[in-house]
Amino acid sequence: MSPSKDWSGVDLHVVTGKGGTGKSTVAAALALALASSGRRVLLCEVEGRQGIARMFDVDPLPYAETRVARGLPDAGGGAGTVHALHVDPESALLEYLSMYYKLGRAGKALDRFGVIEFATTIAPGVRDVLLTGKVYEAVQRNSRSKGATTYDAVVLDAPPTGRITQFLNVNGELAGLARVGPVKNQADTVMTLFRSSRTVVHLVTLLEEMPVQETADGIAELEAADLPVGAVVVNLVRSRDLDDEALDAAARGALDTEEIADDLVRAGVLGETGGTGDREDLDALVEELVEEGREHAERRDLEEAQRALVADLGRPTYELPLLAAGVDLGGLYELAACLKEQGLGR
Amino acid sequence: MSERRTRVGPLAALPTDSPALDVDALLDDPSIGILVCCGSGGVGKTTTSAALALRAAERGRKVVVLTIDPARRLAQAMGVEKLDNTPRPVPEVAGEGSLDAMMLDMKRTFDEVVTSQATPEKARQILENPFYVALSSSFAGTQEYMAMEKLGQIHRQAEADGSYDLVVVDTPPSRSALDFLDAPERLSSFLDGRFIRLLTAPARGPARLMSAGLGVVTGALTKILGAQVLRDMQVFVAAFDTLFGGFRARAEKTFALLQDDRTAFLVVAAPEEDALREAAYFVERLEEDEMPLAGLVVNRASPPTSTTLSTEEATAAADRLRRSGRRSVTAGLLRLHADRLAMAARERHLVARFAAAHPAVPAVVVRALPTDVHDLEGLRRIGDLLAGEGEGC
Repeated sequence: MSPSKDWSGVDLHVVTGKGGTGKSTVAAALALALASSGRRVLLCEVEGRQGIARMFDVDPLPYAETRVARGLPDAGGGAGTVHALHVDPESALLEYLSMYYKLGRAGKALDRFGVIEFATTIAPGVRDVLLTGKVYEAVQRNSRSKGATTYDAVVLDAPPTGRITQFLNVNGELAGLARVGPVKNQADTVMTLFRSSRTVVHLVTLLEEMPVQETADGIAELEAADLPVGAVVVNLVRSRDLDDEALDAAARGALDTEEIADDLVRAGVLGETGGTGDREDLDALVEELVEEGREHAERRDLEEAQRALVADLGRPTYELPLLAAGVDLGGLYELAACLKEQGLGR
Repeated sequence: MSERRTRVGPLAALPTDSPALDVDALLDDPSIGILVCCGSGGVGKTTTSAALALRAAERGRKVVVLTIDPARRLAQAMGVEKLDNTPRPVPEVAGEGSLDAMMLDMKRTFDEVVTSQATPEKARQILENPFYVALSSSFAGTQEYMAMEKLGQIHRQAEADGSYDLVVVDTPPSRSALDFLDAPERLSSFLDGRFIRLLTAPARGPARLMSAGLGVVTGALTKILGAQVLRDMQVFVAAFDTLFGGFRARAEKTFALLQDDRTAFLVVAAPEEDALREAAYFVERLEEDEMPLAGLVVNRASPPTSTTLSTEEATAAADRLRRSGRRSVTAGLLRLHADRLAMAARERHLVARFAAAHPAVPAVVVRALPTDVHDLEGLRRIGDLLAGEGEGC
């Protein structure tokens, strides 16, 4: 069910998803997966959350590329790395000004007049041009930039699905406002990269109605804006501990309670719960297991329906398991391995 | 954002249980006229708002629920095909009360403020200005500001004609729950602030008002944005001039309304680290701003279990059955049970930690339902769970 796709020509992986689907986790796992085969990867966040620092358990990130993970050396002695960058609009604006306009002192004056705040929080679109502009710079950087680190791939932990098209479609957003001028030019340049085959936008979803619907809407919007849609990553997929036959029985309330009770006794569960022969405890446990089985079946049924809808989207699809213990660094590695095994981030 | 936050809490406390949040008492309290549901994105705020509004209506109150961006499903669940800026009655609400639902149209609301405040000619000038169009449709704070504006409008109307006695407000799906409180201030301080005066300075006479920095600033702005943007902005500001003070006053009025005892805030979260961290920031911020916090709703919790089996025991038993070689459904069921126990334990731990840090905040934990909400019946079921009734069987 997962059409394999070759992502090797991609320089910029944009990861979006509805709130609560775990897009930041997926972005981090993707960065790790890419780096694990010896690549140098930059993971960017633009929403001021410091989520990367928390996930990797490192100090809050400054506005500077910071190495947050390094792989083990391979046979050739090379090791992949993940650098991380926390892009905030104020710093991006000041850097932009000093880079293009040599505005050292004037930058301070701008701040005094509230212009920095204006440009980064109020002026519609300008904020996004600044954020995407910094990401663009990191992607475009090449060996000619003296002393700067260059990357084999950049992963962007982007705003949520509801806002992603507006965010990436920077010149569309600016169109009503700035028809000419430097910001407009900058937006046009950035758009050229975003619309090229070097960029893909991956959407993270859950197998639930609202996130799947939002993913479908998001894909339609991205396509309408001529932005390249990549994969759909289905996150938090429940384990498949029951086979189809058992699911069916669970859903119909037709599980054999006698057999389950016997199994529990055989597995020694009873003795541990409340003394041999405690029939009431056993019955209560069987009842609870059967009810859980029924809810699980109901849930799996819903997931299957949503999985079919995801397949109809016609995108390469990858699935990540729900980790019952939560996602720590080890969990991230596990998710990265899952992505890699399925072909994303190979 | 980079502002420094000071954490507020008991400083030394063990994980504990929160006091129980009595949702029905809250909904029945006639002195409460506004209920605001806040929280970070993806925690089920909109569904919670709708379920609370329905429950209040069916307990006899005249309710309107202001949603921000409901899924089509939810609008349909309420029997309203299309939600817009005007409240529409939700059919089939049981009992004496009533429920209207509406969805915020931020541009329309902004336009209405402009038309109601300015002369027709000025209003037209403003509405056609490219800078205004951009500001009213895409600035990240506009939605929050307009949600408050709409809330103020409905509240005033309800007080005048008695159409509603409870307004339930869902808040925008912001990056952070705090945006709801911060953004309006940001917008009004911009519209009322230094920068705008700077733009209008040449039109207002004595240029000495501004220091020599002015030239540098306008020069830089022109360089960055282009001269045309600056011109549009100046036209906008000139036309908008008379409205600025009004905006500040309105924002302050709504802020005061939120601080009023007739308002109650519910913070909505999911039993996950990020969502609870956001909730904690928000709770602390509400306290700081002296806003009336009613409690915390933790959505999507793993269903509670009543057996005494531990995660390890369930896993071990499943392994034993598997090793015995027989194909066994029981092994699968035990593993499901083990996963659920592990998740429930983790969630309980997170919620208990929240309670330790915020011991005075009443909370209710709402279990996840296996399926989505499709109709009023589904919303009622969530309402039951919010009120602590029924374990969802």
